[in-house]
Amino acid sequence: MSNRIKSKLQEDKKLLSIYFTAGYPSLYDTVQIIQDLEKNGVDMIEIGLPFSDPLADGPTIQESSTHALKNGMTTELLFDQLKAIRKSVSIPLIIMGYFNPMLQYGVEAFCKKCHEIGIDGLIMPDLPLDVYQSDYEAIFKKYGLLNIFLITPQTSDQRIHQIDKASDGFIYMVSSASVTGSKSGFGQEQENYFERIAAMNLKNTQIVGFGIKDAETFKQATKTAKGAIIGSAFIKHLTANGITKIADFINKIR
Amino acid sequence: MNYNADEKGYYGEFGGAFIPEMLYPNVEELRANYLKIMYEDSFQKEFNQLLKDYVGRPSPLYFAKRLSEKHGCKIYLKREDLNHTGAHKVNNTIGQILMAQKLGKTRIIAETGAGQHGVATATVCALMGLKCIVYMGEIDIARQAPNVARMKMLGAEVRPAKSGSRTLKDATNEAIRDWINNPVDTHYIIGSAIGPHPYPDMVTRFQSVISEEIKWQLKEKEGRENPDYVVACIGGGSNAAGTYYHFLHEPEVGIIAVEAAGKGVNSGESAATSALGKVGVIHGCKTMLMQTPDGQITEPYSISAGLDYPGVGPMHSHLFKTGRAEFYSATDDEAMAAGLELTQLEGIIPAIETGHAFAIFAHKKFKKDDVVVISLSGRGDKDLNTYIDYFKLA
Repeated sequence: MSNRIKSKLQEDKKLLSIYFTAGYPSLYDTVQIIQDLEKNGVDMIEIGLPFSDPLADGPTIQESSTHALKNGMTTELLFDQLKAIRKSVSIPLIIMGYFNPMLQYGVEAFCKKCHEIGIDGLIMPDLPLDVYQSDYEAIFKKYGLLNIFLITPQTSDQRIHQIDKASDGFIYMVSSASVTGSKSGFGQEQENYFERIAAMNLKNTQIVGFGIKDAETFKQATKTAKGAIIGSAFIKHLTANGITKIADFINKIR
Repeated sequence: MNYNADEKGYYGEFGGAFIPEMLYPNVEELRANYLKIMYEDSFQKEFNQLLKDYVGRPSPLYFAKRLSEKHGCKIYLKREDLNHTGAHKVNNTIGQILMAQKLGKTRIIAETGAGQHGVATATVCALMGLKCIVYMGEIDIARQAPNVARMKMLGAEVRPAKSGSRTLKDATNEAIRDWINNPVDTHYIIGSAIGPHPYPDMVTRFQSVISEEIKWQLKEKEGRENPDYVVACIGGGSNAAGTYYHFLHEPEVGIIAVEAAGKGVNSGESAATSALGKVGVIHGCKTMLMQTPDGQITEPYSISAGLDYPGVGPMHSHLFKTGRAEFYSATDDEAMAAGLELTQLEGIIPAIETGHAFAIFAHKKFKKDDVVVISLSGRGDKDLNTYIDYFKLA
């Protein structure tokens, strides 16, 4: 079977992807949130596996992670919650987390479990390209998981080509030099960056993340890119409104 | 067996650079240049001149007569406490500020636990006229008030880390986030032998002046360069790395590390990483790490803010794993008692971190002729409030 991410990328539309932290606001909200996101037209979901020390995340995702861990979220529990997810959900699902919990679970065991559940890809920001290629690429491939790499405005062209070559699916394009949830709106600098990347004619399409929070930033980000990811803004919405009004949030984006 | 970092920054299975792509350009720039810059004649000249005239090196190697009589061996103290700013930390910050200048950086960030590295960073930033921001856990800000005041007086901005355990680990997280947000003009001066490659190796090389001096100083005093043992306390492990460096490949030198056991190794309030840790990834490197079975990093505890860290540097993990170093851990009480003993036998009040190294005598008996060099990594002025409370001195 072809990977759901790849099929989704073939669709003739700009993709909206949503990140949320598993186990937040409440421990057992995970499945409900995923189902509601799909029902409201979201194209792809990043399920955040919470970590005690999320280096690349700003305060919003940090707090949701701390909260989720306090609620009792673990790797094993997340896999358990997701075990029947493919009976009700068909959009691509990605697990986003940090490398240490995956390492402790066992990289192969983790990938195998993802495959059994029907996870399509992984985003592990602190698993670097060279370590992935030398130690783990074969395992990811064996279980049909796409590893999604990040690029930033500071990433050199040479490095971008290297990442493009190593990627299969899409490249996660970090919109600006920042941790998650910290910039408000896009300026000329981002526009230039988006255009620079678009002009590189990469083999993989790009999906933009970091700093997307509403219809305007979604539109700006997807002018050249295939899609955009919203994380912190969605978590803030959950914090303020709980999980019953997910439609309100999504409908405001597009 | 090689105990130094290989080309990719690995010490055996430990080390490497596990960093998000956002940090890659900065870390790669440093990796590609640090050895070249560090061993340029002009750099070495400036570095050594500052160590001599500004820091006050070489630091004395002092024969501690009364302490030696008490413990039945020959004890020498490497007096890093006499350095400008009161600890070994300044050796590294002098080196890294010169490195930052060579790389054209204008803004410096640092993390600090006890405040010694923060003070040493704020000091060199004042010296060079660079902007300085120090991240420090909220709890540490409270228990190390004199150092916070010193940093502010030196012109640094001290930003509290309010997440997690609000100690060194969290200050490091915040510093890393700052670096992600400021990728062009900023250099991150890591204070310990931790972090992504090349940091552990770079910090170790800057601190290696400690063991370089011990060699010739001991030769003068004992007629031989190699002691029987070198002893240091370990949090992340920068003073230990510098103290061991030139002895790592001298098999006759025993290497001893003392970690902080807090209220006891199995009390749940400890920072004894070698006893409690497992291989994991923290702050950009693979190393021994205190964590839950699920891979969440545990909040450590020690009375000394500088040892209150859930990991050790990758070099030390390798020394532990290979058995090259003996690891011990000292409780809060043992460290405080050892600090008091040093004070009353030799007239030297050590930092509480350093007190842990002196607690080795509660755990290991040395032979009469053994020459034991202990890294007296810092002075105790900053800890006076803790000493006052603990010994009810007021």
